Amino acid sequence: MNRNVSDPSAFLEKRTWNRFTPLERTSRFLFYFVTLAAIVVSLQTIEIIPEFLLDAPEQIADMFNRMWPPDASYYPSTIHEALMETIHIATVGTLLALILAIPVGVMVAENVTQNKFLNWFARLILVSSRSINSLVWALLFVAIVGPGPLAGALAIAFRSVGFIGKLFGEALEESHKGPIEALEATGAPWFSIMMMGYWPQVLPTFWSVALFRWDINLRESAVLGLVGAGGIGVALSTALELFYWDRVAMVLLSMLVVVALVELVVTQIRKRII
Amino acid sequence: MSMTDTKSGGPKYVPKRNWWVTLAYLAVAGYVAYVLSLFDVSGERLAAGLGHGADFIARMIPPNFERYNLLIEGLLESLQIAVIATTAGVILSLPIGFLAARNLMPAWVTWPARAIIVACRSFHPVIVAILFVKAVGFGALAGTLALVVASIGFIAKLFAEAIEEISLKQIEAIRATGAPFASVITFGVLPQVMGRFIGFTSYQLDSNLRNSTMVGIVGAGGIGGTLFAAFQRFDYDFVAAILISIIAVIMVAEGINNVMRKLYR
Repeated sequence: MNRNVSDPSAFLEKRTWNRFTPLERTSRFLFYFVTLAAIVVSLQTIEIIPEFLLDAPEQIADMFNRMWPPDASYYPSTIHEALMETIHIATVGTLLALILAIPVGVMVAENVTQNKFLNWFARLILVSSRSINSLVWALLFVAIVGPGPLAGALAIAFRSVGFIGKLFGEALEESHKGPIEALEATGAPWFSIMMMGYWPQVLPTFWSVALFRWDINLRESAVLGLVGAGGIGVALSTALELFYWDRVAMVLLSMLVVVALVELVVTQIRKRII
Repeated sequence: MSMTDTKSGGPKYVPKRNWWVTLAYLAVAGYVAYVLSLFDVSGERLAAGLGHGADFIARMIPPNFERYNLLIEGLLESLQIAVIATTAGVILSLPIGFLAARNLMPAWVTWPARAIIVACRSFHPVIVAILFVKAVGFGALAGTLALVVASIGFIAKLFAEAIEEISLKQIEAIRATGAPFASVITFGVLPQVMGRFIGFTSYQLDSNLRNSTMVGIVGAGGIGGTLFAAFQRFDYDFVAAILISIIAVIMVAEGINNVMRKLYR
């Protein structure tokens, strides 16, 4: 034991510093391994026909040749009406989703609804709404209410409830307790606490989530027509089935214009109001 | 929603009505009524719908897992599409995201890169899948390519935004040592954005998995084709089995994602 105590470097040299614990290191390594294995296995087993791949550039050139020039006369005859229908589907679907999402969001927020069963039940509704794609919702509603825009609007609404409800519930959970406690101290009834305490606090989040979802829904409602749920997708699938590629190009162009316009409107509303 | 307190006899509080907001609500109500008449929604149609719905659900129960071979095959193909599309999308997004970052690149480089990103984002993956089905034929390849496009639109955009938010001090410090551009990237930029990049990737894998179960509807591979066929043949019990399996796979994937996020926090 003749180590020189006054020299701290004698101790420091012996230490090796590790950023991760051995468990973290092993699990990270395992994770890399699993990821790599998944990629390799997928690449080896996926069914790709090489002839199709070699043929692709030719086919793409052929597609663009058939698409150009876009058939402008298809717009007044069919697309305009279908496009309006798409906008209606997205808007009404979002409004319906807002109405449905408010009670679910209130139920899922643990500080508002202090009942474990109701919390769990609301979370189940939200998760199942989000796990089912809007196309599948559309298939289900086409089977229930028949083909047409009503099925599309219902599909959009049921898909959006999960999204809006989740974010609305999170906003409720993050609201400040101060105003709520003040209202409770006056003996205000539950409804007044909701309207005067919580609602003003979550109002901006609520409308910005609604706008965001409306933007998403406009893009999604464009494909619902592929399964017969109305909107521009119907015009697209008719044109596709008949191989009118110039009409397909016109549909895609009009969709691009609408998406760009909506993006513009949404940013303007965001800047001015929220 | 006036708050009155009659017992203490204090002054009654009546909030001022905001007429513009009232007007906006009335306009929205009018619009909804107009659209519902356009969609020809009526009480009897809704009642008939409820009847159909009950019938539909009755035919879905019990779910029929007899053709599990078809089911597993489709799900595996969907998984393959999602994994490959995410990998390829990430590899392609890295350079595009770098080129689109306005604080690292001159304007003549960022504009084309941004145009690529916007083009990738503008259409729903299913519509992109239709175009790829025409280009490379039916099958998993078309779906994979469609989801690669979707992944680039999402990851490259967020990656570029993450790079634009980094702290420039570390970059300056590395530049001051006379390091070449590649070293500035690897030691100055990447360590600052890598953590977020992993988050984007896991989110996109999730999203690709959801979409890979859908691109089959237009013939681009995966379980979607089986699902659509079962719908058209009114095999609603098989439809129920497929939907349950899809939801189970998505939930397992979400669980794995959560574990991964904890691991890389």
